[in-house]
Amino acid sequence: MKRASKIYTALMMIFLFAPIAILLVFSFNEAKSLSVFSGFSLKWYRELFRDTETLKAVRNTLILAVAAALISTVMGTAAAVGMNKLRNKYLRTALDSLTNIPMINPDIITGISLMLMFVFVGRLFGAATSLNFGTMLISHITFCLPYVILQVLPKLQQMDKALPEAAMDLGCTPLRAFFKAELPEIMPGVITGMIMAFTLSLDDFVISYFTSGNGFQTLPIRIYNMTKKTVTPKMYALATIIFFVILTLLLISNLYDEEMVQKRREKKLNKKQAKEAKT
Amino acid sequence: MKKIIELKNISKSFDDQVVLDHINLDIYDNEFITLLGPSGCGKTTTLRIIGGFETPDTGDVIFMGENINDLPPYKRNVNTVFQRYALFPHLNVFENVAFSLREKKMPKDEINRRVTEMLALVALKGFEKRAVTSLSGGQQQRVAIARALVNQPKVLLLDEPLAALDLKLRKDMQVELKNIQKATGITFVFVTHDQEEALSMSDTVVVMSEGQIQQIGTPVDIYNEPENAFVADFIGESNILDGVMLEDYKVRFAGHTFTCVDKGFSPREPVDVVVRPEDVDIVPEEKGMLRGIVTSVTFLGVHYEIIVDIGGFKWMIQTTDFCDVDEHIGLSIDPDAIHIMKKSKYSGMFGDYSSFSDEMDEIGEVEIEELGEIDLESESAHE
Amino acid sequence: MNNKTRSVIQRMTLTPYSIWAVLFIAVPLLFVAYYAFTDSAFHFTFDNITRFFTATSQIDDGETVREVHTYLVIFWRSLKLAIISTFFCLLMGYPLAYIMARAESRTQNILLTLIMIPMWMNFLIRTYAWMTILQDTGILNGFLSVLHLPRIHIIGTESAVVIGMVYDYFPYMVLPIYSIMAKLDVKLLEAASDLGCPAVSVLRRVIWPLSLPGVLSGITMVLIPSISTFYISQKLGNGKFFLIGDAIEGQYVANNLHFAAAIAFILMVILLVCMALFTKLANRKIIVA
Repeated sequence: MKRASKIYTALMMIFLFAPIAILLVFSFNEAKSLSVFSGFSLKWYRELFRDTETLKAVRNTLILAVAAALISTVMGTAAAVGMNKLRNKYLRTALDSLTNIPMINPDIITGISLMLMFVFVGRLFGAATSLNFGTMLISHITFCLPYVILQVLPKLQQMDKALPEAAMDLGCTPLRAFFKAELPEIMPGVITGMIMAFTLSLDDFVISYFTSGNGFQTLPIRIYNMTKKTVTPKMYALATIIFFVILTLLLISNLYDEEMVQKRREKKLNKKQAKEAKT
Repeated sequence: MKKIIELKNISKSFDDQVVLDHINLDIYDNEFITLLGPSGCGKTTTLRIIGGFETPDTGDVIFMGENINDLPPYKRNVNTVFQRYALFPHLNVFENVAFSLREKKMPKDEINRRVTEMLALVALKGFEKRAVTSLSGGQQQRVAIARALVNQPKVLLLDEPLAALDLKLRKDMQVELKNIQKATGITFVFVTHDQEEALSMSDTVVVMSEGQIQQIGTPVDIYNEPENAFVADFIGESNILDGVMLEDYKVRFAGHTFTCVDKGFSPREPVDVVVRPEDVDIVPEEKGMLRGIVTSVTFLGVHYEIIVDIGGFKWMIQTTDFCDVDEHIGLSIDPDAIHIMKKSKYSGMFGDYSSFSDEMDEIGEVEIEELGEIDLESESAHE
Repeated sequence: MNNKTRSVIQRMTLTPYSIWAVLFIAVPLLFVAYYAFTDSAFHFTFDNITRFFTATSQIDDGETVREVHTYLVIFWRSLKLAIISTFFCLLMGYPLAYIMARAESRTQNILLTLIMIPMWMNFLIRTYAWMTILQDTGILNGFLSVLHLPRIHIIGTESAVVIGMVYDYFPYMVLPIYSIMAKLDVKLLEAASDLGCPAVSVLRRVIWPLSLPGVLSGITMVLIPSISTFYISQKLGNGKFFLIGDAIEGQYVANNLHFAAAIAFILMVILLVCMALFTKLANRKIIVA
């Protein structure tokens, strides 16, 4: 990189990380002040771990994210397989457009639209509050599905179409052929899709805000409620913990990726050697 | 010989496009049969119908006397070697070959024995633990063959299996495939667009075009006695001319009456005449049955390829004698070098040797002249 | 594949998702329209829509009191701030994407991870961090007073909202542009300079047109969330700058679902029209380029 590039990149990184760094530093501040650092202390962390509401929200978020990721991955993978085989052009276009809607539409409209339907249907059945864990789960699955499909479809298109046919040729029923020949091939896409669904669900605030009942609070909603009033650095402590969790996860996945790259390189080398041995 | 597969009146369309048009074909036990034709002729679809990957719109697929129209691929005693091999990348060589045996829940030592035997047959001993992605093209090819044969199918279907290999390897694999077929006694149904490959390997060649079978026969028959202009043009090089059958053993074309060995045509019947380039002899101009001017000479190692203009028709002639461009020469053709075909829908579609490909026919000669007019100097002065 | 098996597989795999998509993607949008055109007793009415275009309120800027169209003003403000934010994202993000794409692969990976980290932090936290910085008693002013510079008042202004939006959506601009540029064949650039193109012209005549698809998806990915956001303006605008998202949320909190639906409906229609025009324009531009 040239010097100017380096300086520019550094400036951008400062822009990206300065706010986070400030949160980090002030989470260890002894005083409540947001501009003066008066001494190192862990008291906000202690307070955070005494905050049962926040802890409950963490648990809720994880339950919701795991459920939404699993269901949307299974349904989305199946849908991608079906869409990939679909020969009817009109049906295909219709499904594609429908799948694109939640990705293009602003979150606030997705949230409002689901909320309106839930409220309306709830009133039909005479329920006092129609928003609960169920409606939230439905909403999360709905906005995760397109991302799963978007990850799996290209893998299916890249895959040699003859692979499942080869499996059937060798005695597999179509279902077994899918699990034994097709699934291993598209697995990277399925896993990426699941991770995306999981993180999207973890991170979602807007859609959850409109579709959650009073009883079920996720972490983003809890943060929203916390920031409504004057904030104690307890929230900074929470942000710091989230930051380090993300950092660890990203590092692990990066290391994993690099290992894969390394393996692929070795494979290529093997191939080359095999070729050389032949000639 | 025993019929093993019969295709009766098979038709198939994709999106209103007819791919197979009432095909009838018998395949015999222990035979190496090749479906040959240009891309889009329906050869692969025929193979896929036998394999069970496509259902015909009309007609019947009979396998050893039984109709198998509705039998799914995994229940057919037929295996396929796919075009780009379709090896399972997540499994190693051994597991790829063992795939169908595991599916049958065969005992472990039996699987071991048969896979080892198969890998020995395709000369891949010692490759068991290798990842298939680390193999060369030829090795992958062998794994694909072993994987398909381990199941001891009655019929092996091969879909352009050699297309991805380089020329020399392809020749080796042709010999090897032929040997494997002889050693196992399994019927091979081979699909290719390469006529040389088809001629050198097959017992029977089926030439296809536009969803129809043009000719079925031994390689020698197909080459020497093409049924129509399409087959004559597709297999080897040929000069195809318009002619008139004057009477038995007498045919007139290119402004000369020739003696030939064909008979049984009605008097003055218009016909297509095929003369292979290697069957034409060059003689001094005054002794020739036909006279023409040499327009191009290409040295090809074993022989020269000469294009001769005879009354506006460009003949191709292969000869070991050297001629110069613009030389006036005479041509002599023996009676048994002339092959007469009935007129077909392909008559007149294959012109002379003004160009080799259809694409050049369309482009014509204009562009080359235009190129000459570009002023290269003023372009480079820009720099 | 066999026709019969294919249709069986299709039914098995597609049916659950098709039903789900219709039920939870298409039908809810119909409900938006339904609520938008009905009153609280679910009788058909245009009132909600007309209210959006005609409702007025008074602005007192200290000297005079002006009468303005409440929601039209809000809408134009949303559009203005969103466009400004998108512009700054592009201005700052494009060079970064370019630098990243030309860096060696290890550096690329590190920078990619770095850009993604803030993306994974919840945007509420990110926005709140800026509030901490920009407050009158915040870190920025603390920093300025250490340097003996005059304090500045920025929180509660439109600039603060723009800063928040740019920060929150910056990665969404960089990533699509980067992913297109990283795939760009280096040989094309070599070909361009081989044909006598100086570096600046290579950028203008080769890199820029080829990166347009990334730029366009970056613009939509920033523009749409920033036009509809409702948290950033509340926190960084001190609630003084209502945006279209705030209006929807406000009506929702006030349990005025029919009017909330009407605003959402209008926003959706306008976005749809804009997107259609935009993609059409963009496609033409890409083809020309």
